[in-house]
Amino acid sequence: MKHHINIRALASKLFTHFVLIIATLVIGLPFVWMLSTSIKGPTEVAMFPPVWWPKVVRFDNFVTAWNTAPFGRFYVNSIVTAAAGVILGVVTAAFAAYAFARIRYKHRNFFFLVMLAAMMIPGQVALIPNYVILAKLNWINTYQGIVVPHVANVFGAFLLRQYFLTIPDDLYDAAQIDGLGHTRTLFHVALPLSRPVLGTLLLYLFIQKWNAYLWPLIVTNKQNMRTLPVGLAMIRSAEYSIGPEHLMAASIFVLMPVLIAYFLAQKQLIEGIAAGAVKG
Amino acid sequence: MWTFFAFTGPTFILLAVFIFWPIFYSFYLSLFKWNMVSPRKTFLGLQNYKDMFSDDVFRLVVKNTLIMAFFTVVVKMAISLYLATQLNKKIRGSNFYRAIIFSPTFTANVAIAMVWAWIFEPTYGLMRSFLRPLGLPMIDWLKSTSHSLPAVIIVLIWSGIGYDMVLFLAALKNVPLEIYEAAIVDGASPFHVFWKITFPLISPTTFFLTITGFINVLKAFDIARIMTEGGPLNSSNVYVHYLYQNAFQWFRAGYASALALVLFLFIMIITLIQNRLSKSWVHY
Repeated sequence: MKHHINIRALASKLFTHFVLIIATLVIGLPFVWMLSTSIKGPTEVAMFPPVWWPKVVRFDNFVTAWNTAPFGRFYVNSIVTAAAGVILGVVTAAFAAYAFARIRYKHRNFFFLVMLAAMMIPGQVALIPNYVILAKLNWINTYQGIVVPHVANVFGAFLLRQYFLTIPDDLYDAAQIDGLGHTRTLFHVALPLSRPVLGTLLLYLFIQKWNAYLWPLIVTNKQNMRTLPVGLAMIRSAEYSIGPEHLMAASIFVLMPVLIAYFLAQKQLIEGIAAGAVKG
Repeated sequence: MWTFFAFTGPTFILLAVFIFWPIFYSFYLSLFKWNMVSPRKTFLGLQNYKDMFSDDVFRLVVKNTLIMAFFTVVVKMAISLYLATQLNKKIRGSNFYRAIIFSPTFTANVAIAMVWAWIFEPTYGLMRSFLRPLGLPMIDWLKSTSHSLPAVIIVLIWSGIGYDMVLFLAALKNVPLEIYEAAIVDGASPFHVFWKITFPLISPTTFFLTITGFINVLKAFDIARIMTEGGPLNSSNVYVHYLYQNAFQWFRAGYASALALVLFLFIMIITLIQNRLSKSWVHY
């Protein structure tokens, strides 16, 4: 009888693994297929049924892909705009979060609700007005045009405020007794104590900005101002007659930094999201 | 008070300029015919809104968007809930499975669309080698009026499963173990335990994912833009993509603003209903 139960438990465990392996394959195969295509020669790309591992590994596809468009410039644009966006976003969010957590003001709750209301408004609604504003400022085809409209970061402000509230009052009081003003309390007490949530927020924002497509597409029309996703989408058009192997190699340029960051910090990122961070 | 405003000021100024003001400005623009560059705007009153009702493409786009939202959300949530229940069992390698299944969440949509366009390629694509053994004919997914929208939906499901799964998993972990033990002592079958106990207990997550998932698909742009550009013959054209075409390809800023405002109102209504409902009938 006991033996029987063990077999059933084992069978159910195997079944669980079976289901999860299938799911992992379905999600993972497109990535493998991308990688596999990126190192094939043109004849192996045009083979059916497809080959998974080419006879000759063609790393020169990456060189060709890199040279079809100014990918070096796209990289610089993406790094500058994502980094600036993240830093400005986190700093403004931290100030707002601190005010909502620690600075007493009669109408604080009202303003908090106003801020949360902004989170419900879909950014897509603001595309045309934002474009018009930036055109008036002469910010089309500029870094500030890509960055500034998306600096305000309600989600981050909310997340940091929740965290600041969990820091014991004693620590804030001690800072006050030491003569620290609000700004220095924020930078010397609140933010250093929030390091775990700050790390997740930074990474999360960076990935979001790195991957952004619609807004950078709208606000840039000069090739040398494009970010990586916009530049990648562009080389697929007819004027660039390049093969799938080069498209996949170029896609890997875009993915690489994020995939590396993701696999280094995946536990923190996934658990940050699971902890209801996004739920608000 | 002044410190309060100094600290929150940057956030509120940016929100006012780039989020709140655009709603009013969109409404203003929606009353005009304007090509975005010319200094002259022609006043039309509510004509742009009336035009939406007689615009066949608009009707098709709304239909496509709703179909896409419905199928994406339903299929994605069913699969991810099932996977979450499997991951919730104590098994080796669960972190590995979770990391891979979640990875599309952080992958650039442009790259996702790029690889999937190549997967759907009719002659050498990966999809063909999976469908051929099933005896299915060669399909040019992205150039077929009947298959382009399903192709986009498949990609949205693929890329969204991980996120839903992780949130379901977090919800499942919050269900107290004693409840299961009590039910098993009472002789309930696992199937019964799931539908009578687990499912009601995770209903806040299910509800949250349904609503936010639905809204997110209404706002989707990237995948459809890159895989099909809404084609062929608008068969995979969806709301934000049509808005983009009107505004930035055809320079019909007035009409596009009307589209934006209607989307805004629709999403606001859904959000308000969500707030109402989550207070009344979701089990906590």
